[in-house]
Amino acid sequence: MLTIHCPNCGVTAEETEFHAHGEAHLTRFGPGSTDDQFESYLFMRRNPKGVHFERWRHQNGCGKWFHVARCTMTLEVFGSYSAQTTEPPQDIIDIIKDRRPDWDGLEATT
Amino acid sequence: MSEPVTALKGGTNTAGFASVTEIGPIGMITLRGRLSEKAITKSAVAASGVTMPEQRMCNTQGEHGIAWMSPDELLVMCPYAEVHDRLADLQEKLAKHHALAVNVSDARAVFQVKGEGVREVLAKLAPVDMHPDQFTPGMFRRTRLAQVPAAFWMTDDTTVHIICFRSVAQYVFEVLCVAAQPGSEVDHF
Amino acid sequence: MSTRLATKGRLIDTRKPLSFSFNGKKMRGYAGDTLASALLANDQMLVGRSFKYHRPRGVVASGAEEPNGLVNLGKEGQFEPNQRVTTTELFDGLEAESQNHWPSLEFDIGAINKHLSRFLPAGFYYKMFMYPRAAWKHVYEPFIRQSAGLGKAPKSRDEDTYEHFYAFCDVLVVGGGVAGLQAALTAGKSGARVILLEQTDHWGGRAPVDGGTIDGGPVDKFVDETLAALKSMDNVQLRNRTMGAGVYDHGYALGYERLTDHAPKAGGPRHRLWRIRAAQIITATGAIERPLSFAGNDIPGVMLASAVRDYVVNYGVSVGDRTVVVTNNDNAYLTAISLKHAGLDVPVILDARVLPDDRGLVAQAKALGIRVLMGHGIASVKGGKRVTGVQICSQAGEGAVLEEVACDAVAMSGGWSPVVHLWSHCGGKLRWDTSHACFLPDVDNPPKGADGMGFVTPAGAASGMFALDDVLHDAHSAAEGVITSLGMRLAKNVSSPIADRREESPLAPVWLMPHGASAKLREKTWLDYQNDVKVSDVRLAAQEGFVSVEHAKRYTTLGMATDQGKLSNINGLATLAGALDADIPTVGTTTFRPPYHPISLASIAGEAKDHVFQPIRRTPIHDWHEANGAIFEPVGQWRRPYAFKRGLESTHDAVMREVKNTREKLGLLDASTLGKIIVKGPDAGKFLDMMYTNVMSTLKVGKCRYGLMCSENGFLIDDGVVARIDEDTWLCHTTTGGAERIHAHMEEWLQTEWWDWNVYVANVTEQYAQVAVVGPNARTALERLGGMDVSKEALGFMDWADGELGGFKVRVYRISFSGELSYEVAVDASHGQAFWDALLAVGADLGVMPYGTECLHIMRAEKGFIMIGDETDGTVIPQDLGLNWAISKKKDDYLGKRAQERSHMTDPNRWKLVGLETVDGSTLPDGAYAVGEGTNENGQKNMIGRVTSTYHSPTLGKGIAMGLVLHGPDRMGEVLSFPGTDGKTYEAKIVDPVFCDKEGEKQNV
Repeated sequence: MLTIHCPNCGVTAEETEFHAHGEAHLTRFGPGSTDDQFESYLFMRRNPKGVHFERWRHQNGCGKWFHVARCTMTLEVFGSYSAQTTEPPQDIIDIIKDRRPDWDGLEATT
Repeated sequence: MSEPVTALKGGTNTAGFASVTEIGPIGMITLRGRLSEKAITKSAVAASGVTMPEQRMCNTQGEHGIAWMSPDELLVMCPYAEVHDRLADLQEKLAKHHALAVNVSDARAVFQVKGEGVREVLAKLAPVDMHPDQFTPGMFRRTRLAQVPAAFWMTDDTTVHIICFRSVAQYVFEVLCVAAQPGSEVDHF
Repeated sequence: MSTRLATKGRLIDTRKPLSFSFNGKKMRGYAGDTLASALLANDQMLVGRSFKYHRPRGVVASGAEEPNGLVNLGKEGQFEPNQRVTTTELFDGLEAESQNHWPSLEFDIGAINKHLSRFLPAGFYYKMFMYPRAAWKHVYEPFIRQSAGLGKAPKSRDEDTYEHFYAFCDVLVVGGGVAGLQAALTAGKSGARVILLEQTDHWGGRAPVDGGTIDGGPVDKFVDETLAALKSMDNVQLRNRTMGAGVYDHGYALGYERLTDHAPKAGGPRHRLWRIRAAQIITATGAIERPLSFAGNDIPGVMLASAVRDYVVNYGVSVGDRTVVVTNNDNAYLTAISLKHAGLDVPVILDARVLPDDRGLVAQAKALGIRVLMGHGIASVKGGKRVTGVQICSQAGEGAVLEEVACDAVAMSGGWSPVVHLWSHCGGKLRWDTSHACFLPDVDNPPKGADGMGFVTPAGAASGMFALDDVLHDAHSAAEGVITSLGMRLAKNVSSPIADRREESPLAPVWLMPHGASAKLREKTWLDYQNDVKVSDVRLAAQEGFVSVEHAKRYTTLGMATDQGKLSNINGLATLAGALDADIPTVGTTTFRPPYHPISLASIAGEAKDHVFQPIRRTPIHDWHEANGAIFEPVGQWRRPYAFKRGLESTHDAVMREVKNTREKLGLLDASTLGKIIVKGPDAGKFLDMMYTNVMSTLKVGKCRYGLMCSENGFLIDDGVVARIDEDTWLCHTTTGGAERIHAHMEEWLQTEWWDWNVYVANVTEQYAQVAVVGPNARTALERLGGMDVSKEALGFMDWADGELGGFKVRVYRISFSGELSYEVAVDASHGQAFWDALLAVGADLGVMPYGTECLHIMRAEKGFIMIGDETDGTVIPQDLGLNWAISKKKDDYLGKRAQERSHMTDPNRWKLVGLETVDGSTLPDGAYAVGEGTNENGQKNMIGRVTSTYHSPTLGKGIAMGLVLHGPDRMGEVLSFPGTDGKTYEAKIVDPVFCDKEGEKQNV
């Protein structure tokens, strides 16, 4: 069971206070989008072995959403950051590159 | 209007190593807004009569208090009888601001657990480090208590106040009584 | 025979005799005994039968590794099967029964299986029960069912309570032997928050039994002093009777505390599950001695050498008068020496090794006059239910008997395996150590935590240190390393104590005795005592191609019994490696999974049992319902009255009465459970236009509108009435089960997609008690309460207003889910019961009656209103339900809009909502399917529709239903066939789903 840090209220707590909500940084496609765009938005998810970016909610806590960057292989957590962003912040990227020199970036895993 | 009735009509249990008592009703207002805006915090201070707490803290004096709920939410506490007036006053003050203030006094149940072992009672139900060095009076923790969400704070080293939803008051009361049952002292802290 | 000696045991108190019973036979023991030591003291060596062949089984070990001694313990509410005799502390009045035999332990019919063993080889269940096919049901399965299982399943409810405890520490030390004590001392003195767990009731582990000196004094003195020092530290927590059960991700560990197993009459919880978060964990979990593989090594009386020693030293119990010791290492000599000191006979020590000289313990044993045969082993043990002798052979040969020696016990030692379980649980790797022939934690590959760094450090015997001095040094330096990695400073006044060193000769790995044992001997050479796996079985598995250790394990069931192979795994692995002619490390190990030793399921459930099994949500009027005949139904975690029974009437009759009364007079419904969410802000209208399929931004203040919510993939997820409170505030009602879900759904979009929109949301569901006042007399009732104007003119259909009624501050919504004149009145929850009482009082002569959810369902179905969860199931879109009127065509976007444009969603062949009326007036079965022409590719009739809701309508006096039907709305009047599961076929006509009052005249009065 993981330990998660909520960047909104500052609590670090066990996973039972939180809920995971799948892949982060999706782009919403609404009316006017092509079938392919919409399919990819609604159904297609990365499932990387290694670095991954996820949405979490501090469900039994402050109730806020946030993002977590972690390794799906080792469960190592690189950091938590705001939900109000479309891409991981530089400090998180730096941590990941430091600990996973072979990681080839967010886009490469698509 | 009738006399307000709390969920458990003030039920109490003193059989365990800590006493469990339903208190209240307490006036409670959920205030949402940008806490960086002076007007928001000022109005909360005015409505509660206490000073603004830091992140994850609460300031309480008797039935008056402010608890920090999240980066854009405060819980303002006041005597139950005054909540409608205080809320109206608050809403008037914030009329020109983007903020939401609603009465949640009746949506909650409040418990007081008292005794030498209160930290143990909580440590059986909440995944929180209740060590005296880690959780001190004045801190406000939103977490889960067994299977339901709850929030608690300590007013002194042997007294804890717990807020939960009204509908699960019976469950929370019973689960607190089970955790405080005689013979289950842990002697950990 | 086994018996109690006159010499004192370390752990027992002979001033405190206890009585207990085994299979109804009264026996005596002492405080401090385990059930195992007490049984042995009463000459009860035979304690059970094995799983497959029902072979007689005796106690083999003295701790958690025991494979044989499993008993049914206690009775009624405290009965529990499969309790290990070696980990059960004796108490006065204990009642135990042996397991897996019939009719008795001494005489067991099932033992006939041993004569069938030729037909029950490895993997027999995959081979034996295949043909003839019919035999499975009538012969094999009944046979297997009768043979399966060990203990009896409890029949009574568990009367004990259990609990969890969340603890946090810098350093968790698992194991209270000398290594654990020393590690805790070093860490504790350095100021770390330390928790030290020990699975037994006593501290010090086995070092005091094995002797030696620490800092010049006896080991017991070191244990006492260290314990006293630890107890004096506020930052150190000691927990005996608490097993470190498992190590998990991010420093999570489980401790299993057995509070009253040794005192079942004491109050308080029986078990406490410690849910520990530790920054660092030290596993000082010791080592387990391995059996030797020789023929007849499963006969009662053959035991681990260390266990024989434990019983003598700790409990003053001799397991036999004449004990043959057989070993491949020095350690077992300690057993021979202890026995000799206790005045018992050791006819011979058989040492498989050939040593160049006599040193240390070998020399000591010889000096005591014990006969030592080097290069020898056991060819076969003689005896049935008890050892009667051993046949001696040369270890190097094939088992030719050189000599027979009479004895009643055999103490064996095949070396020691460090307990690496906890190290391995969370991914710690192992390496093979050739010199001790065992797996050790590979400290370069530890389990890694949230920060990617190792968080477990093994110490003492668990890290492969077997000499006392090495153990203590290792424990101290493990703690040192942990303190450093925590960024703390090591205390200046701590150092490792010094222990004396024994001269030792190295162990020689022995995986089969004798080395060239014949097939006949191998068939009697046991690896797994509980599951009856023999050397011959593992060899057969290898021969049949099961070369992976994981496969071989499952094929043979080696290590799959309740002891999880603590004694058998390494021997089995070595046997497999031998059969494959491979190295042990290349064959690898099976995976160690938590818990280390079985823990009670109840401890995992913790406090969640009986009245606090799960939270039950109650409305402010719940107590009244309970007192007034309510039959409750669960709706999510809420309990809502299904109907209120009066007198002797049936539930069905009650429902019929409630519908009739509400339609003709006045009904009250507790609607407090409906979700109420406040949405406020300059962008709230825009936001709600995205949330709902219809337009909410244009709703006038003071008005209500029914709205539909879809998920992003187009399916209907919730519905409810939205009221506009003021210029920038709306109140959204959700379904009973939907409040938290929809609140979270709204917050999700606001926080993760449209975070620049100025909207705040608050869930105020429980702030209000809400009562639906329904029926022709509804207005009169409210007018009698007095206060605000509730006339048609002041408060029209789909209006809402704040005001006062009967002195209560209320918000009244003029909405109807029944088709009747209806007001939903919200009051602060703390006044909910009083308001309900006031309505009952003013309604008394208006025919007021409360009604439940079934009445509500019938009334809404009569009006053709859909119900989320009945008409929807996660695959239904609003268009399927004829709700196009509630879907805005003007809006560019709303959640689900794009999805509803997909080809499958616009397919004209989607099933659509219709009403169904049975031809004969009966009621359609719920969920029934309509069948059409022709059959599908499987020969089943084609399905063309299904029933989503079905009721008997008392208003119409017949069965009505709603359903989704292929081209339904175009087939009005057609009669469909619905085959029921009761063998009958129901005929129903497709009709308009609005059965009553199509013009809505009643609700608009």
